[in-house]
Amino acid sequence: MAVFTSQAGSKIWQRRDRNAQLLVWAGWMAGIMVFMYCWQQISRATTWVFVMDAPRIADDILTRALPPRWSYMEQLWWPVWDTINIATIGTAISIIIAVPIAFLAASNTTPSKYFIRPVALFIIVGSRSINSIIWALLLVTIIGPGVLAGTIAIALRSIGFVAKLLYEAIEEIDRNQIEAITATGASRWQEIAYGIVPQIMPTFAGISVFRWDINIRESTVLGYVGAGGIGMQLQASMNVLAWPQVALILLVILVAVVISEWVSAKVRGAII
Amino acid sequence: MLRLENFTKRYLTGDLAVNNVTLEIPTGQVVALIGPSGAGKSTLIRCINRLVEPTSGAAILDDINLTVLGSSALRKARRHMGMIFQEYALVERLSVMENVLSGRLGYVGFWRSWFRKFPQSDIDEAFRLMERVGIADMADKRADALSGGQRQRVGIARALIQNPKLLLVDEPTASLDPKTARQIMRLITELCAERGLAAIVNIHDVALAQMYVERVIGLRTGEVVFDGPPEDLTPEVLTDIYGEEDWEATIEEVEENGEEIAEAVA
Amino acid sequence: MSESAAAPRVWKKPPFIENPALRWGLIIGFTVYFILAFASMDINWIRVYEGLDRGLKFVLSFMKPDFISRGGAIFEGIVESLVMTVAATVVGLIMSVPIGLGAARNISVLPVYLLCRGIITVSRSLNEIIVALFMVAIFGFGPFAGFIALAFASIGFLAKLLAEEIEGAEKSQAEAVRATGASWMQWINYGIQPQFMPRLIGLSMYRLDSNFRHSSVVGLVGAGGIGATLNTAFDRYEFDTASAIILTIIIIVMALEYSSSLIRARLQ
Repeated sequence: MAVFTSQAGSKIWQRRDRNAQLLVWAGWMAGIMVFMYCWQQISRATTWVFVMDAPRIADDILTRALPPRWSYMEQLWWPVWDTINIATIGTAISIIIAVPIAFLAASNTTPSKYFIRPVALFIIVGSRSINSIIWALLLVTIIGPGVLAGTIAIALRSIGFVAKLLYEAIEEIDRNQIEAITATGASRWQEIAYGIVPQIMPTFAGISVFRWDINIRESTVLGYVGAGGIGMQLQASMNVLAWPQVALILLVILVAVVISEWVSAKVRGAII
Repeated sequence: MLRLENFTKRYLTGDLAVNNVTLEIPTGQVVALIGPSGAGKSTLIRCINRLVEPTSGAAILDDINLTVLGSSALRKARRHMGMIFQEYALVERLSVMENVLSGRLGYVGFWRSWFRKFPQSDIDEAFRLMERVGIADMADKRADALSGGQRQRVGIARALIQNPKLLLVDEPTASLDPKTARQIMRLITELCAERGLAAIVNIHDVALAQMYVERVIGLRTGEVVFDGPPEDLTPEVLTDIYGEEDWEATIEEVEENGEEIAEAVA
Repeated sequence: MSESAAAPRVWKKPPFIENPALRWGLIIGFTVYFILAFASMDINWIRVYEGLDRGLKFVLSFMKPDFISRGGAIFEGIVESLVMTVAATVVGLIMSVPIGLGAARNISVLPVYLLCRGIITVSRSLNEIIVALFMVAIFGFGPFAGFIALAFASIGFLAKLLAEEIEGAEKSQAEAVRATGASWMQWINYGIQPQFMPRLIGLSMYRLDSNFRHSSVVGLVGAGGIGATLNTAFDRYEFDTASAIILTIIIIVMALEYSSSLIRARLQ
């Protein structure tokens, strides 16, 4: 914001003074250049003939896909059950592992700031950086295809997520309440049980349900790399171009995700 | 019973919060600690139970020097010092009963406290205290559902169930309205009299302090500048503690409040 | 209260769920579910046992990641992932603004609201891999398909949070601007935009690093980026190359997260 006096003597108001304005323009220029470069890179790797043809292909797929092949549903119940199990058990395992890690990572509960805390933080970052499908890919290579690989993949990815949000919650708690517990002569563990646990409980439950909801979505694709669940049927159907089956699978996924989101919202609403 | 000898706290920033305080409090005496904000009142009482580590000097409670205790001995010693806080410091999401029982944490083991299996004697005592402080039927209410005055009563019950010899009370009335503030102060002093407890009460409201305590200690920039009965708090003394201000008004207000209480009691 | 002094009063922590039928129903329901779920997992323990050896080899290869022997492919893949990330975030951000405005109940009309909410739901429900699969089918292999898939996922995420932000915006500010006789566009620009702008920028920074994470996997289905290289490495059991790729991803994600947290802190 800047106010000048012009030569004529009247006051001129501008939103930014000249330097600030130049900086803003420079920022926009740089941003646009980066974007243009990216675009050019993508464009170079693209066969534009295919892209031009896309509306026709999309239309073609759509006509073939509809109506969905409803009878295929009877073969989908089992994969749907597996998918839900992968998400639920995976989330449960991740919670069990994430809780101690969160306490080790939170600066106010960690037993050692300089040794254990960085290790815990590294576990969190490592787990969060790797998408669950990459974990699944890795686990399928190691322990073979199937539901177990998917479950562990979901668990590994979720540990970082749950632990990160939880340790942030632990760091943000009200210290007065802990001080009061300390003043009664409580031990370190009692301080955690009475001062910290009640405070983080709602956040913890919210995080867990939220992650479960995300995991339902993620577990729908793990089958693509052989880690169990409905993704396997999706891949198989797409490989043989059975579009009506694909349509049904997508519909099932959509319904499952909407239901899980609804459940998660309800539970979170009930807790808070 | 409690003796402070050359008690000093210097923060890492170099600020001297408590400066060479020496004083003695006999059993059953309620002492008000007054002084402007930043005078070190809060730090002083937190140094006694070592929520804040004192830098030097000694705090001797019944022949035990608190400043040299190891962590487990310190926890044992803390059981004998009940603390009441300014913002109540209740565990908001626990029930009233759990908050009161948390005063027994120093006496029961971890797993007992984790499963909330306190000895029956503790539970009886908790019910007795809740009745005494006036929150009899609220055992299963959550602490965050209570009003300020009720919360402070829970805080008092939590401190008393420790079966302390000494109460450390940090601005018990600062978050309360004037009427509730007087009720709470009266409750604290009554309970101290009943149980023969010594207490150090931090309080910024001089008028309230004068009404209820038998001894006042004035603190300024960490040093004791006054120690005597409340009657001796003349405007000159208050100016010495707080700096220049019109003290006549405050003291008149005390008298009015006194009448109001007399009416309320009658 | 007098009788309480005589007989000891018991106290038990009140249960979390008060209705006993519901409480036991949930406990039993969950127990049965978990038993069934575990029973149906059908784990081939022999295969798992055999795999432990390979798992160990993989963990060990983290000690000596091999950045060199496939260095070219890794570098190209990472650059392509970054390129897709930036392009998809920018496009997603631009597209999410009108959709987010449309999906905010307090400033939008019902048909537009329903349409925009529908787009958001579909975009959020379908994992980016599934979207990428379709984009590959439609646009052919390559980063363009991945870019579209990521942009589509970003739209759902950003538009939903944007809409929530607008719905939670302070009414009085918006009303005051409207009272001056401002047009709809002016009203949005002066009354609504200043309220959501900082959060929108914060969210798109956050989206930048999650897009990068996702861009590393869309390659698995042929939609460009580092994923394809990673997939090849796993297929050939080249764990040292795979660990090099994973470490690279972790480092870039950390860097992005750190810089986005700096930018968000400055915006607040």
